[in-house]
Amino acid sequence: MKCQQCDKQAVFHITELETGEVRELHLCEDHARTYLNQSEAAEGDDEDKPSAGGLTGPLTVGQTADELALLDKKACPMCGITFFEFRNQGRLGCPHDYVHFEKELEPLIANIHGATQHTGRKPERAAAEAATLPEGTEELTGVIGLRRSMQEAITCEDYEKARESRDAIRRIEDRWLGGTGRDAATPKADTPTNET
Amino acid sequence: MKLDSLTDAVGEWLRGTGPESDIVMSSRVRLARNVAQHPFVSRMSEQDRAEAERFLRERIAAAPVGSQLEYIDVGRLEEIDRQLLVERQLISREHADAQGARGVAIDGLEQVSLMINEEDHLRIQCMHSGLDLRGAWEQIKVVDDQIGRVVPYAFHPRWGYLTACPTNVGTGIRVSVMLHLPALVITRQIDKVFRSLHKISLAVRGLYGEGSQAMGDFYQISNQTTLGKTEEELVEQVGDVVPVLIDYERRAREFLVRETQQNVHDQVSRAYGILRTAQTITAEETMQLLSRVRMGVLLGLIGDVKIADINSLLIRTQPAHLQKLRGVELDTKDRNIERARYLRRHFEGGTSPASPN
Repeated sequence: MKCQQCDKQAVFHITELETGEVRELHLCEDHARTYLNQSEAAEGDDEDKPSAGGLTGPLTVGQTADELALLDKKACPMCGITFFEFRNQGRLGCPHDYVHFEKELEPLIANIHGATQHTGRKPERAAAEAATLPEGTEELTGVIGLRRSMQEAITCEDYEKARESRDAIRRIEDRWLGGTGRDAATPKADTPTNET
Repeated sequence: MKLDSLTDAVGEWLRGTGPESDIVMSSRVRLARNVAQHPFVSRMSEQDRAEAERFLRERIAAAPVGSQLEYIDVGRLEEIDRQLLVERQLISREHADAQGARGVAIDGLEQVSLMINEEDHLRIQCMHSGLDLRGAWEQIKVVDDQIGRVVPYAFHPRWGYLTACPTNVGTGIRVSVMLHLPALVITRQIDKVFRSLHKISLAVRGLYGEGSQAMGDFYQISNQTTLGKTEEELVEQVGDVVPVLIDYERRAREFLVRETQQNVHDQVSRAYGILRTAQTITAEETMQLLSRVRMGVLLGLIGDVKIADINSLLIRTQPAHLQKLRGVELDTKDRNIERARYLRRHFEGGTSPASPN
């Protein structure tokens, strides 16, 4: 078999596997070396990019560098992660990120899964709670942000504000972690005790 | 749980029973779950980690399934014990190598394992020997519901179960089978098979999950997407393709026997010969040779070895298992010598390891 790029005998037979695509290359020694060096260099460039599949690449078409820079600085009010940090690590910071970065995540998720709506199971709740609690757990995730503001208030010695945050945390935790069926385990974690 | 006692048994994935167990080693379903009131694991402070670990440990213990589970504090284990759990597929390599508060709850049969503070707060896994995805799914559903009643899983009506990595969001389910495909490897059809699997968005991985190399012709096939389909549909997606792969492998084995009887018999016999006489041998080579011998036994080319013994050797020649059985820690060089010694002793005089001399 001849090299695909010149008349020499093809001695390297390379099969490239890209997502869903297969490319077969038959090359002579010289052209194979050039080809492999190229792809190695390209791989080296990618090293610092996020590792999770499908997370790299442009977010949406038409975003300017400035817009991207702004977006990268947008931080989640609960866990504080920026979109830039997420893009680097490929891991989100807390459940609220799916709400806060919903617009940015949507094309990404569509790309990975080919869908943007969950159709599977829902959390099985004890009967008493199923009636009073909403399906989504946004409210409970709110305690992540409240804990942060409580800590900040303590640092600033604003104890009035710290107490407000603590009470808000307690109300939410009582509703979600307290009631019947949940007491079976242990009382809820005593988050605010380290305040004093 | 006394970790040392684990080495006495082979564990669920190597039990070698269940439907189609000549090709399907095991069927596994795992669910990724997070609690709603804490940041995801990579964003946790040390205190967050400890609190989430305690919260999950206590609530799991109080669930009905809790009474069947033994909790292991992975953060406090010696490296060799963590490695032992990885080799038994009860925790992931990432979980073993991580830092901070983390643990795993395991049932006595080693079918159910619940990792706390892996990439997600909770990773529930259920593994059955042979081809039994349906059985594994039915079992994990019960465990998931029991824990869901006492743990508020992070959930969003649109995005489903919320996970640290968007690649798991929605159902959080990974359905996988581990297959032994030596004949497809020998006949060089394996790449073709994998390419067609990728086309129907199934992933192929090596023996020890993500990023691991396929050792000894063992491959894991699993679903790639987790959102937009129901759990049942995803179990089916993987389940539907397995009979096809089994059929390919069987046909390749028949082809080998029919067309290259002498060659394949020679290969298998040489593999067997090395295992019985080598003086030093790596884990990778052992795995590769045991794989060939395993196929030889199934093709009737080696008469005096049992599949159960091969399966048992597959796990007991792994680094941590070998050292546990020997009772001392060994460096790589000494492990290779000890591994060869262990294999020779088991195959001595051509009798199977299980039968007394």
